[in-house]
Amino acid sequence: MTDVLHDLPPGVEQPQAAELTAEGIVVRFQGLTAISDVSLECKRHQVFGLIGPNGAGKTTLVNCLTGFQRPTSGRVRLGGEDTTGWTPDRFRKNGVARTFQAGRLFRDMTVAENVEVTALGLGMSRRAAHRHAMAMLAWVGLGDRADTIAGTLPYTDERRVGIARAMVLSPAFVLLDEPAAGMSDAECDDLMHIIAAIPKEFTCGVLLIEHNMSVIMGVCDRIHVLDGGRTIAEGLPAEIRADAVVISAYLGMEG
Amino acid sequence: MIGLLQNLVDAASLGSLYALAALGVGLLFGILRLVNFAHGDFISIGAYALIVPSFEVTAQLFIGTWSWWLMIPTITLIVVIVALISDALVFRPLRRASAPTLMIASFAVSYVIQTGILLVYGARPKAANLWAGLDTPLMVGDVRVPLLQVITIVATLVLMAALTLFLKRTRYGTMMRAAAEDFRMAQYLGVRGDFVIGLAFAISGVLATAVSLLYLSQTGTLSPTMGVPLALFAFVATVIGGMGSLLGAVVGGFVVGVVVIMLQAYLPADLRAFRDAFAFTFVILILLVRPSGIIRTRALVERV
Repeated sequence: MTDVLHDLPPGVEQPQAAELTAEGIVVRFQGLTAISDVSLECKRHQVFGLIGPNGAGKTTLVNCLTGFQRPTSGRVRLGGEDTTGWTPDRFRKNGVARTFQAGRLFRDMTVAENVEVTALGLGMSRRAAHRHAMAMLAWVGLGDRADTIAGTLPYTDERRVGIARAMVLSPAFVLLDEPAAGMSDAECDDLMHIIAAIPKEFTCGVLLIEHNMSVIMGVCDRIHVLDGGRTIAEGLPAEIRADAVVISAYLGMEG
Repeated sequence: MIGLLQNLVDAASLGSLYALAALGVGLLFGILRLVNFAHGDFISIGAYALIVPSFEVTAQLFIGTWSWWLMIPTITLIVVIVALISDALVFRPLRRASAPTLMIASFAVSYVIQTGILLVYGARPKAANLWAGLDTPLMVGDVRVPLLQVITIVATLVLMAALTLFLKRTRYGTMMRAAAEDFRMAQYLGVRGDFVIGLAFAISGVLATAVSLLYLSQTGTLSPTMGVPLALFAFVATVIGGMGSLLGAVVGGFVVGVVVIMLQAYLPADLRAFRDAFAFTFVILILLVRPSGIIRTRALVERV
């Protein structure tokens, strides 16, 4: 792998935080409790899975961990530092990146520009941003689509551009919101290789929301299970697979 | 045939002015969802800045007498500063406001500028003779082309090319396009929102200045509301071109120019007074066929 992948603009260092922690997070929307008292810790060298049925509060929790949602109570800490009041872009600058279920690409721009603009926004020169973007795209396997208009990409490729964009400037943590949705088995295999490589290649912790159990079981070091906004289990993949509560709440429904 | 060619040159020249004005409106709409009716008053400011402040009917040029290489940057600077001030004082506090609120605020800015001009220069229209030498006609075959029309068309093409290069080939242009597509996402990815918006206001000020100078040298008349019809036609041009698309704004500007000139030329004399009514009817017809404008964009899709 080339070094361009790890380029940083002058004066910027890779963030040092060793863990991203949620402490007793509660989120209420007008009296409706979306998340009640959830705590978890995502470590720098792990792929941490977050699973649960639809409406379990996974995306809301990720929103809290990236500054898009202010918790009603509880704290998010990044390497021990309290992040209360941080805006999403402050999270991003401090090394917490994410992707979105909907992709949220700039659809009228090229694939390369989508990645470049992040590098520019975070302080790289145009030339460096372009090199960095091309290296990122090659890394997610989209090197040959750099000049494609993002809006014309297949849905599944959009997700990979999202990952490339999130990995710009080597964040300390990346939160992936259902990256495998709609992917074929072969595409899932590719995606699993990419996700599994993130901690080693970028020394970056991954928090992965996913419904596809083979992806979750295949790449996660630890798994946290939510149901109805509450934690119902956390443990190693083998433990989760054997957990009776999890099976009745979630895995059983997969058939 | 000669008559038609002559009309086409006129249409291209008028269309250029509308296209430039529409670009200024379209740029701010793309990035801020602001329909800036004060854009016409930025144009007025550029024209009035050329003359000595007084209530006299015949305007005395002041900055307007300077050489063009000094005069154009000075006037540009003045208009850009006015645009930036209106952003800082009015639109920045309204960043999270809805599009209708922003539009109404732009009407307020428009009236404040018009009243300001009224207080300093008086209400009566003034005659001003900018670049008098430029109305000498060039004969191309049998078509008479005033030099000023050639300059208008060329200046428009140069400005459009420069804007395109800026948007496609520079750091801030890339950021601006990202912000125009999804402002919150761009901000999340590190693009500084207020800076990019300020830049858009500055560019719309530059475009307004170009319209000021070209329009004034064609009409030779100043009035406090001179920019209002320009802003209206510019707005119409962005709507029929496709809101949020800069290419659409340019196409729309030229379409409006062609329609207005052709109606002027070919309507029966009795109906010519109602030219604009026919022009707007034509606009309605275009929108009936293509409700989202000639060039469709995703800019109007509601953002999450």
